[in-house]
Amino acid sequence: MTAVAKKLVILGGGTGGTLAANRLRKAYDAADLQIDVIDQDNDHVYQPGLLFVPFGLATADEITRPRQRQLHRGINYHQSGIRSVDIEADRVVLGDGMVIAYDVLLVATGSVLQPNETEGMNGPGWLDTVFTFYDVQGATALAAKLDDFESGRLVINIVDMPIKCPVAPLEFAFLADWYFTEKGVRDDVTITYVTPLDGAFTKPTAAAALSSLLNEKNIELVTEFNTGEVDGDAQKLIGYDETEIEFDLAVVIPLHGGSPYVEDSPGLGDELGFIPTDNATLQSLVKPNIFVLGDAADVPASKAGSVTHFEGDVLVENIESFLADRPLEAAFDGHANCFIETGFSKALLIDFNYETEPLGGHYPGPVGLPLLKESRLNHLGKLMFQSFYWHGLLPGRDIPGIGAGMPTAGKHTAATAD
Amino acid sequence: MPTQQIAGVAVEVNDEGFFVDAEQWTEEMATPLAEQWGVPVPLTDKHWQVLRFMRSEYFEKGTGPTVRKLGKTSGVTVKELYQLFPKGPAKLAAGCAGIPKPRGCV
Repeated sequence: MTAVAKKLVILGGGTGGTLAANRLRKAYDAADLQIDVIDQDNDHVYQPGLLFVPFGLATADEITRPRQRQLHRGINYHQSGIRSVDIEADRVVLGDGMVIAYDVLLVATGSVLQPNETEGMNGPGWLDTVFTFYDVQGATALAAKLDDFESGRLVINIVDMPIKCPVAPLEFAFLADWYFTEKGVRDDVTITYVTPLDGAFTKPTAAAALSSLLNEKNIELVTEFNTGEVDGDAQKLIGYDETEIEFDLAVVIPLHGGSPYVEDSPGLGDELGFIPTDNATLQSLVKPNIFVLGDAADVPASKAGSVTHFEGDVLVENIESFLADRPLEAAFDGHANCFIETGFSKALLIDFNYETEPLGGHYPGPVGLPLLKESRLNHLGKLMFQSFYWHGLLPGRDIPGIGAGMPTAGKHTAATAD
Repeated sequence: MPTQQIAGVAVEVNDEGFFVDAEQWTEEMATPLAEQWGVPVPLTDKHWQVLRFMRSEYFEKGTGPTVRKLGKTSGVTVKELYQLFPKGPAKLAAGCAGIPKPRGCV
């Protein structure tokens, strides 16, 4: 064993930072590895829960817990902003000027919303006719607005990819259909889903299933709309091609970028503030002693908690290898797994990776949850997940029968399609 | 893989019409490709600035940039990009520049 403990600094105490810290704390004695986690606040939000807040199905308090309490004993927690990372000198400068040196850095600061990157978005009308449910403040304000909203045009708009949880805006549309139906005003509300993509979703089989579901629920789909401006006063979205979509209530998903300190850290991130990262090993491409977990990475996987969770196994193994001077052998396959809430106590489930698009069948094997099909079981799975998140995923426990890699046993592949 | 005649040369393209091998592209192909993709011709210097940028990014990084990255790094604003390549600058510019479709985000 080494005489002096190696220092691992983890930027971000969210899903990725917390699960990695806890798993690595179990794997190493404090005498061998010191672990420091840095985050700017002490509010760990269960982000999938934000979807339910606007509909009165959850409150901010119910989905928020203290960050520090999710970290195991023996992990140092610093509540501080991050000013910059000096990747040449292997050190982090905190908001208050304090400097922390590291042997290994794990970047897990996720992505941030950038409403000010779209003309007019957070101008007149913001939190009046224009809302987002992608943060606690917006989701809470939207709940009050929806409570009063009885008729008119609801427009849901994704400005551009990448966004966190690319299925969440669809879920919002489905839940809005349910919500207004329950209120008895569905006939007085039009729901329009406006996306820059050429379909309801990025992957063809799922896009087809989801667009027929939109159709069934009488939600209009507008594709290839590139939002250039949000005019809250005139209540319209204006596309770069000058086409306009009018609304009474717009629920927008703002542009996403990396955490602001990335831009002030020479050599660390790309133009959008995400960290260039090896798709398989999760080692950064900027320096070997920097690893990246979750939304902060530029890997072509969904920015979603499930991805971060599945990446966790690979990341921990590769950090262990790195510390031991061994080659990094663990490889992430891009596995994502998302429950898609469709309203009326039902949900779909999709499961996919870098290479394989979401297919029908069952997960994780021939007997399991139905894929790409509405079911009550999937809805229950989605609801139960919150408890697993706090008590299983963050502490670093595995789910029996669920590995990190994407399973194929229960799926309708080209050869088995029915 | 289908092949397609562009400027008198047989080129391998995928189902969506994007080049499979960016090395098969020549400058003479840009205008016929623009017509095919619905990009207004004649191509201007600004179009060419974007096409060259797309190709250099592709050869350096293995994928063409998205609209947002183009807007931040190509020297042409997002607004102008939509004027040059209406509908979808990244996709249409990739089509005209003979590189694969920029790696979409999921």
